[in-house]
Amino acid sequence: MTDHLRLRVRHVTTYDYDAPVPWGLQQVRLRPCSHRWQRVLSWSLTVEGGRREAAFEDQHRNAVDLVSLDPGTTRLAIAVEGEVEVADTAGIVGPQSGFGPLWLFQRPTPRTTAGPACARLVESIAREPSPLHRLHDLSAAISDAVRYETGVTHVGWTAEDAVAAGHGVCQDQAHAFIACARAMGIPARYVSGYLLMEQEAQDAAHAWAEAWVPDLGWVGFDAANRISPDHRYVRVATGLDYGEAAPVSGARTGTGAERLTVAVEVRAQ
Amino acid sequence: MIAPMRMTTTFDEMWGRGTGQSQDAAVPNGSPDGPPEGPPEAPPEGSVNGTPHGADSVLPGIQAARSGRMTQAQVMYQGLRPPYAAFDDWLTGENPARLLRKQHEAEEVFRLTGITFNVYGRAEAAERLIPFDIIPRILSAREWARLARGIEQRVRAINAFLHDIYHRQEIVRAGRLPAEMIARNAAFLPQMIGVEPPGGVYTHIVGIDLVRTGEDEFFVLEDNARTPSGVSYMLENRETMLQMFPELFARNRVRPVSNYPLNLRRSLAACAPRATKGDPVVAVLTPGLYNSAYYEHSFLADKMGVELVEGHDLRVMDGRVAMRTTQGYKPIDVLYRRVDDDFLDPLNFNADSGLGVPGLFDIYRAGGITIANAPGTGIADDKAIYSYMPDIVRFYTGEAPILQNVPTWRCNDPSALSYVLDNLHDLVVKEVHGSGGYGMLVGPTSNKKEIAAFRDKLLANPANYIAQPTLALSTVPIFTRAGLAPRHVDLRPYVLVSPDGVTITPGGLTRVALKKGSLVVNSSQGGGTKDTWVLEE
Amino acid sequence: MLGKTANGLYWMFRYLERSENTARLMAAGQRIALTRSHADDEWASVLETTATLGPYRARHGEVTRDNAIHWMLCDRDNASSVLAVVESARNNARLVRTALTREVWESVNESWMILRNLLSQRVGERELPAVLTVIRNRSAHVRGAFAGTMLRNDIYNFARLGTFIERADNTARLLDVKSYVLLPSAHAVGSSLDNVQWETILRSVSAEGAYRMTYGQDVRARNIAQFLILDRRMPRSLAFSVGKLVDNFGFLADAYGTLPPSGKKAAALQTGFASASVDGLLDSGLHEFVQGFLRDIADLGAQAEVDYRFYD
Repeated sequence: MTDHLRLRVRHVTTYDYDAPVPWGLQQVRLRPCSHRWQRVLSWSLTVEGGRREAAFEDQHRNAVDLVSLDPGTTRLAIAVEGEVEVADTAGIVGPQSGFGPLWLFQRPTPRTTAGPACARLVESIAREPSPLHRLHDLSAAISDAVRYETGVTHVGWTAEDAVAAGHGVCQDQAHAFIACARAMGIPARYVSGYLLMEQEAQDAAHAWAEAWVPDLGWVGFDAANRISPDHRYVRVATGLDYGEAAPVSGARTGTGAERLTVAVEVRAQ
Repeated sequence: MIAPMRMTTTFDEMWGRGTGQSQDAAVPNGSPDGPPEGPPEAPPEGSVNGTPHGADSVLPGIQAARSGRMTQAQVMYQGLRPPYAAFDDWLTGENPARLLRKQHEAEEVFRLTGITFNVYGRAEAAERLIPFDIIPRILSAREWARLARGIEQRVRAINAFLHDIYHRQEIVRAGRLPAEMIARNAAFLPQMIGVEPPGGVYTHIVGIDLVRTGEDEFFVLEDNARTPSGVSYMLENRETMLQMFPELFARNRVRPVSNYPLNLRRSLAACAPRATKGDPVVAVLTPGLYNSAYYEHSFLADKMGVELVEGHDLRVMDGRVAMRTTQGYKPIDVLYRRVDDDFLDPLNFNADSGLGVPGLFDIYRAGGITIANAPGTGIADDKAIYSYMPDIVRFYTGEAPILQNVPTWRCNDPSALSYVLDNLHDLVVKEVHGSGGYGMLVGPTSNKKEIAAFRDKLLANPANYIAQPTLALSTVPIFTRAGLAPRHVDLRPYVLVSPDGVTITPGGLTRVALKKGSLVVNSSQGGGTKDTWVLEE
Repeated sequence: MLGKTANGLYWMFRYLERSENTARLMAAGQRIALTRSHADDEWASVLETTATLGPYRARHGEVTRDNAIHWMLCDRDNASSVLAVVESARNNARLVRTALTREVWESVNESWMILRNLLSQRVGERELPAVLTVIRNRSAHVRGAFAGTMLRNDIYNFARLGTFIERADNTARLLDVKSYVLLPSAHAVGSSLDNVQWETILRSVSAEGAYRMTYGQDVRARNIAQFLILDRRMPRSLAFSVGKLVDNFGFLADAYGTLPPSGKKAAALQTGFASASVDGLLDSGLHEFVQGFLRDIADLGAQAEVDYRFYD
């Protein structure tokens, strides 16, 4: 069938520390869940330089692993690998799973608070009666307003920063979409995951946004690629913004610097 | 706590209903009578003079000390209420000088024991005593039985509400609680969505603040579903009374409170998570030595026979939260935390918190530890939610509420608003999210100009206001150098919830506004405490 | 038991011991100073024994009686002043409140209330003896409540480790500062020290009577050194303190199943004492011996902090 794809993913996140790290914890959101349009056929998570302490489901029903660093380690490598079968639904994900009320996704977070730049963008969207059309317009407007720029990541950037600067990475475009959608009164959320692209080897995971459309439920919008996600997209985690869906986030002690290396491979089977 | 209402006539718990207009007609949050007055001082000269009705039969034993200046004057008493009969008998035979000495002794005991609360930002004399009044507050078995039923009902409803709010929100779907009451509420903790706390209990420890307005008339002022404090005072007050006046307890059959720590430990252990192996290990988490309630934290850990830990004693290890002991790390099953939600876990909540344990909440979600009370319980004791409590009780228990809420008009409702506007001179009007008594109107003590000005504010933003009626708050006597004097009190009973049931310690903490006429019982604002007796049948 | 609690107990008792030893040193110092023409020299010696002469000079320069008394009793800038250590002891007691009996806690709390009041202003020379007596009595009061009410478990053992590490340290410092008194005459066989000098030393450890009981009126440097270093009957001697450390490490080992490196260090120190002779120590140099001992005791304390996880 042409509207299904079996995708093979391998994703390795490596932290190299200049000095041995006495203590550290990482929250890892790297396990995709099966749902109506996505079936996880196999998936494994391995940790070097640390160990899995616990696994749980968070408020967005993401599968989270808590990883502790081996005391004194100078390297932490988290590798996931597996196969996922995805259907093309033209971006439609469907009903909310879990107990999160929709109003939760209308509340701005510090990263997705609309300022004057976002407000101007919202203002520019035609008053289409159909929310779906408005959201497509918004996605297109964001790809124009926030030029995609690889390699330049500004970790602390907010949606407003990216729109004001006029460029950013997929994370910034997703934040900008979320901020504007919420400013329009539409529930929206952040998605982290993988995308099958021409080049198998990628240097980062992907990110896009989903918005709530009455009758359809959650619908995905990838402003970076000017489309709604199809069967080339693997959804891994969702959240109100990057902070709640980040593949790896945590804390550690120790003063030395660290280097982060990310290697992602996505292949169609 | 500030009583949300103005008192019109005083109901004296010892002497019955007064029929005259009390001179204490008081303003919540501030007394018109001038400077604060504590027990060692005589009532100010402005207080009521004259001979009380039946003066000679009133406390003849302390006649000398009273020197005819009882502030209970002008109030017509119906006579001694039965729960106080045996106590009054004893008091009659007491020498005021001895009582005064006892009062000082009590303070000495408290100082020596270190029963203090810390005052922030002061290096010197940073630890203060909470004044203790030796006259007990007495409740009859019948009064208590009804209260206890009402408290249990309310606490069960609160737990059912919390489960619902963090799951399907049926109460919102049913249209009984507007979604925005939750959505706009900072006390709602999204991270708790979908969490099933071990044992199904959210609020393991609850304090319900009550005021009494007449025979069998109690109102709930406030629910404390986060980390209610003060239980150590309940226990130490009783201990002190037993030491000072053993003979009183021979004459009165007072229900004991001393098994609270044992019950607390049992109750916590009954909520141990599935990861527990063997006897559940309980620990008390304190913010540390300089927290205002540190004494209570160490007191409870001591009485329960469990460790008192701080964030830096703990770390995530082998899928559990473990404490650093002299022999290595040892897992904790149940953490009775006295640290606010926001500071519990820098990885999941306030990242700047130095008090918490990184990863604690992750282990909680994974079923590796019980946190008591559960994070996010503040949504149940929020001021905005308070006005819905009668509906909440009905919705989850299917019963009529036994305890009354102070009736509250929400001014976002047009019919309520019109009532409030018509009755401003009789009502107390408060901001929904305000605290500390700011931005409020006390109708009965405000002049026309003030009421008119407030009316404009109210009309400009009705949704921001609620209004409550004025009630007649009861008083109990306190012991002063000049004799007995009536003061306003509240009552905070302590409730334990476990899968095995609800346990309410008979009595609780009576807080007393030592300032004449004041309704403010907070220890930080000159409030004191009393021993609270519930008599056996 | 929490590592933090062991740490709190250890330091609570180190501080209590220090308050008492400082009071004793000052009492002896005052007595001796009265008999000297250069009285302030004696106060400098007392400051040196409390290991605070350097910080004192940095703050006050010249050593004077009044400044020295204030510094050692009430000055909050001096972390080892009696007021500061009693406050630290009490704070540690609050920290480990759950490990203490009510009587011990109340005794410490009351001591703090009394001494805070007593030391809230400068203490004049005339009041000094009475104040020093109160300090010693309060320490005795806490010790009495402790001995009389505490369970003999690991809680007790960590408190005792604190007491005897502090005591061994304090007595060793006294010996070091006074070694100039002991040394010149130590080899002069048969010569006695002058009354004033030996009194200083023995008074500083409340041992005039004990010494007389042991040696009669025969006051010799060699005997004093023997008494304060090697006599296992003398409760403030180094050998006694080390013996108590070994005992308490032993009780901990019984309870915990292993004797950690710190316990082994203590045992090695004790073995060294068993084979030592006072003549040998004096021959090879008292100062060198004491310096070595102070290092060993400090290492032992640091090792115990690691072994029993006092800190993260």
